[in-house]
Formats: sequence, structure tokens, C-alpha cells
Amino acid sequence: MPSGVALTVEGLYAGYGGGDILHDVSFTVPEGGITCIVGPNGAGKSTLLGSISGLLRPRRGRVLLRGEPIAGRSPRQILGMGMVHVPQHHSLFRDMTVAENLDLGGYTIGDRKLLARRRTQVHEMFPQVADWAPKKAGSLSGGQQRLVEFARSLMLDPSLIILDEPSMGLSPKVLRSVFDAVVAMNAAGKTVLLVEQNARAGLRLSTHGVVLENGRVRLTGSGSEVLDNPEIGALYLGGASGRPGTENRAGR
Amino acid sequence: MTSSAVRSPAHRAAGAPGHRTLLTSAGLVVLLAVFAIFPLVYSNPLATTYGFDALIFIAAASAWNIFSGYSGYLSLGHAVFFGSGMYTVAIGAQDWHLTGDAVFALLPLAAVVAAAVAVPVGLVALRVRRHTFVVITIAIFFIFQLMAFNFSFTGGTSGIDAPILNWAPGTYNDPFYYLAMVIAAVTLALSWLIRRSRFGLHLRAIRDDEDRARSLGVHPMRVKLGALVVSALITGLVGGLWYYFIGAVHPQSAFDPLFDLQLALMGFFGGLGTVFGPALGALILEPVQQWLTVQFTNDYLSEILLGAVFLLVILFLPRGVIPTLGERITAWRSRARDRSVSETTADGGAAPEAAPPDLTAPGTSAGAPASRTAGRREGTPS
Repeated sequence: MPSGVALTVEGLYAGYGGGDILHDVSFTVPEGGITCIVGPNGAGKSTLLGSISGLLRPRRGRVLLRGEPIAGRSPRQILGMGMVHVPQHHSLFRDMTVAENLDLGGYTIGDRKLLARRRTQVHEMFPQVADWAPKKAGSLSGGQQRLVEFARSLMLDPSLIILDEPSMGLSPKVLRSVFDAVVAMNAAGKTVLLVEQNARAGLRLSTHGVVLENGRVRLTGSGSEVLDNPEIGALYLGGASGRPGTENRAGR
Repeated sequence: MTSSAVRSPAHRAAGAPGHRTLLTSAGLVVLLAVFAIFPLVYSNPLATTYGFDALIFIAAASAWNIFSGYSGYLSLGHAVFFGSGMYTVAIGAQDWHLTGDAVFALLPLAAVVAAAVAVPVGLVALRVRRHTFVVITIAIFFIFQLMAFNFSFTGGTSGIDAPILNWAPGTYNDPFYYLAMVIAAVTLALSWLIRRSRFGLHLRAIRDDEDRARSLGVHPMRVKLGALVVSALITGLVGGLWYYFIGAVHPQSAFDPLFDLQLALMGFFGGLGTVFGPALGALILEPVQQWLTVQFTNDYLSEILLGAVFLLVILFLPRGVIPTLGERITAWRSRARDRSVSETTADGGAAPEAAPPDLTAPGTSAGAPASRTAGRREGTPS
């Protein structure tokens, strides 16, 4: 596994005009791993993602993608730098077919041959998506749409994929297959930055965890460190640690 | 406008290849033949005028659709390009002292001028979306009408008369008719190609969600402006031809708000964003409107009736003829499929919840029962 740093967030202060929501947020996303940002509602997760993806201009601080600042770059340039953002809600074009959605994911590819090759690669990774090609994206279930979104994000062969709440609105069983897909993308060499409401499930598959609280970084560490931290377990993970055998109810 | 139903007969469904495209193109060839023969059968100039008008509007409505239908930006200012085309031919013929057939050489110039006009218009208007965009296009339209009234090179209120063509009255319309037919056919072919192309895909992405398209790296301005320029090019060309046919240009006729409404009405009637919908709308509505004008010599009555048609379309066919028909056919087909499926499963015992590909496999239909126990799944030993 490469040991570099994919993404660096340095001293970030950001908000929506009504004062800062993030206060001095700093952390790094190691290359080749899955980093999960967790925290209760209102901790600033969405604001943080907005700042990273360039939708929101931070008041202070920097976001570096492989050492290069991304502030002021267009979505197209950021895609070109190898970072793709999969947003929270249904982000597919519902009236278009799955195949058309994939093609749009490869919008910035000018070369038709390369586009075809990428499509094949993505279909190899997600064979189901190939089966759904002629279907309307809107006719797929929530979990299937998630997979198509993942597949679309792979069209540009990014090095860093940002997933915003992939578990949103999915049943536990479907959730599992979606998380399996996340792990599979990571195994294929993609660095993943995950934001999860479902903290326990998210941290369990992650190599690194970042805990946000009230717009500040409360804790960082490996996925299991964060998961097993008694205080964190009590405060953010719903009272109990996720691992059987390490039951910890210190907060009660 | 953004519901999930079938939108176009020409969508690239991998599941419906070959025969459907073949059927469509066969239909089009027949239609083209009908149009080509029409003046030979109905040589009455009144009939060929009807035909010419319909063809002009097939081209103009399809051109409007390439921009407004595909991108979702409803333009009520396409008369700007139509009028620019008319004035280009008028002023060109006047200043360069062209007469007779030579005037037709100005048609490409009319297209180019209209396209050139579209660039600044687009750069201004396309900065805003939806309703605001519609209002801006109307405003730009009135600016052009005002300019035509007030500049000296446009001839002001009195306009510019076209040079006289000394063609035989009996067949006078025919060259116009066939030229319009070629333009209409090329426009439809272009519209079909765009719809299938990546450019068309990007336009639809903008229509469905511009921000999402942007986040995928689409340059919305470049794509929208490209579509507007193509659309204006054809509209200007058609305008130039129209000018020579009508024989004069005036500010009110060149920049006519009714023209804008007609294009939108034809688009909505046939199916916004479908390849052939606006052409169908033009083919039906333009002769109807001409007929109304002839029947009710009072101009206003025909316009009121046109407004009534618009209301009826919005009420009963909010998404247009072609999408509505497409939906009906799809629903009817899937009902028919369900019927045949339940027939097979009644005997074979295969669960209807099984994946659709299995159901179309030849093996499953082999055991279809002769008796019609449709819809019932009695416990068959399996």
C-alpha cells in the first residue's frame, strides 16, 4: 500500500455566512486507505465535504490534493486532478439509461477508445451495472442506484473517491452490498474518503477514522482505534462499541 | 416535463435495436416521398403554399427543439434569428442589387448572420435559468423589433420589398417548396444525430440537472451556446427563404411574437425534446392555423383559437403527443407481456418475480398451456 498522503486539510474555518461551522479542522487522508469521517448531526460533516469538493469556499485554511491546493479550481479541473465526489442524494439522471449515466461520468474524456476501455473496466468491476445498461436509472432500487453512482465515479479512473453518506436510506442488507462495493473499489487501488452517519458500520470497514464534533476534530486514528475508543463509543456511536467482546458502556 | 416515462422514439435502448429504427426510417422515407409528390398531385398554388408553410415550420420548430427541447431552456425569442435571416437577405439583395435567382445565394449568409447574432444573445441570456431565461429572451426579442423599426438600414416601418421573380405563376411555389423540403429533412436528420450524440447527451444532462452536469465536468455554457447557435443557424436560413417567398419584410412580420409562440406550441404539442414531436406539431398545427385564418377572415379570431389550442394541449397533453403515445404503447406492451408471462407460469410454475431475462428465454415459453388460466398460480409440483 502506498504510504503517501492523498488529501490534506489544514486549519480549515468555513461556514455559510452566519459564522464558522468548522473551527481549525485539520487531518490527512492517507493514500490507498479508506478514511471515514463520523460525527453526530450538526458536527459539520457536510460543510467539510463542501469545502473539500470546492462547492464552499473556506474562510481560512487550505485543502491540498497531493500537495496542490484545490481552492478556486473548477469542478472540471478538480476531476482532472483525480478526485471524484459522489454526492449524498440520488445523483443519477433518472430519465437516462444506466449506460448514458456512465457516459456522462466520462464526460471529460475526449478519446472514444479510452471511453470504451473505461466502460469495460467499470463493467468488469461491477458486472450488474453492465446488465442494467439499457434500464432507466430512475427504475433501479436505491442500492442499485448507489452501485451505478460508484461505477460512474470510476469512469474517470480517479485516485480519490469521496462518498457522502452512501448508506443513506438503504436497508441493512443492501447496505452490506454497497459497503462491499466500497471495499472492492479500495482494493482496486482507489483511496476512499467516506462520510458516514452510520458510524459503526463505516468505521468497521475503514483503515482510518476522523471524529468531528461541533465543527472540531475530536479524534483521529485507525478505524479500529476510533471504534474501540470508549469515550467515542459512548458519545458518537450510540452508546455501545460495535465489536462483540469489547462491550463498553462507559458512558452510562 | 421531467417525468420518467419514455421520451423519444429514438432513444438508444440497447434492448430495442434494429427493427424499431428500421421502422422509423421506413416511415420517414414514405413521408418524404409523400412530400416530394405532393406538389405534383396538388398543383394548386394554394395547396403548395400550405405545404411550404408546413415545411418551413417543421424546420423552424425542429430547430427550436434542438435548443429549447434538448436543453430545457425555453426560448420565446427565436423570431430574433428568423427576423435576422429575413433582413439579411433583404438588405443583401437591396445593397448588392441582386435580382431573380441570384437572391437565393444569400441564404447561407442569412444562416451565418443569425448564428452570429446567437452568440452575444446566448452569452447574455444563458447566464440565467428557467423562467428568468424566458423573460430575457422576450426582452431581447423586443429589442430587435425596436431596432428594426428605428434603424434606417432596415427601412424602418415600411420595411424592404423583395426583388420580383418572373417565374410562371402556376409553378411559382415549387422551387420554394422543394428547398423548404430539403431544409426540413436536413434539420430533422441533424436533430436526430444530435439527439444520439454525446453533445445531445450533455444537453439532456443540462436539462435534467445543470448543477449535477457541472459537477461531472460538463461545460454548461459551451454546450448550451453550441445548441443555440445550431438552432439559430437553421432558423435564420428558414427566415431568409420565407422573406423571398412572402416578398417583403417588416418589423412586425420579421420579429413577430406569434412566431415564438407558434414554435413553442408546436414543440409542446408534438413532444418537447423528442426528435420528431415538434415536426409533427408543425405538420398538424400550421395547416390548421392557415385554415383558420382563411375561414375566419377576422385575424383575431384565429389567434384566439390558437390560444385555445395551446390551453387544450397544456391541459390534456402536457408532455405532447409523442411521449404520451409512447407511454400508452409501452404500457400496452408490458400488459401484453404480463399476460403471456402469467400464462406460462400458470403451468411451468416459474415465479413471476424471477428476473425478466429468464422470462424471455425460449425455454420458458415452450411450456405455455393451451388453457387460459391467466393470472392464477396454482400450486404445481416442482
